[in-house]
Amino acid sequence: MIELSFLPTVVTIITIAFLLSFFRIIKGPTAGDRFIALDAATTITTALLALLGVMYERMWLIDVAIIYALLSFIAIIAIARYLEGGL
Amino acid sequence: MIAEILISIGTFFLLVGAIGLIRLPDMFTRMHAATKCTTLGAACTLLGVAWLMGGSVAVKAVLIIVFVVLGNPTSAHAIARAAYRTGTRMKIGSYDAFKEEFE
Repeated sequence: MIELSFLPTVVTIITIAFLLSFFRIIKGPTAGDRFIALDAATTITTALLALLGVMYERMWLIDVAIIYALLSFIAIIAIARYLEGGL
Repeated sequence: MIAEILISIGTFFLLVGAIGLIRLPDMFTRMHAATKCTTLGAACTLLGVAWLMGGSVAVKAVLIIVFVVLGNPTSAHAIARAAYRTGTRMKIGSYDAFKEEFE
């Protein structure tokens, strides 16, 4: 029922975007660069999990995506408080 | 057809955000590229998934869109404030509107 012809291309492009942001996590000169790249990487991974669930017809992956979005939000807030020195 | 268009637009914005994260010269300009582009890209992609599948998956996808759209600007604001208070400044441009407020 789902046309699977274009989904592998889309998943490949999003994986390339994830690897580019991961390059910034490794290379970034300051700590703020690394955390901004980590925030972008978690948002990209949320979309990638939903697309992988559609592509392989495993619909529990979208539940994983819900928990991943909430946990990444809490983690980024905690990291920002730690960087500021108020944790 | 609509789902393919939405997923393609979302993929384009996710890739543009990642390229901006590589190419821009400064932490705040990188954040300007990465946060907005990935928020719109993830929202468009999840809306395409919701349109494609329907049912309970659509409800969960819309819930993820709400989480991402509420949470991503908040975390970007927290990181920007923490980075400014620990001494990161912009490289391009000389006008700093927050200097009187923080010093």
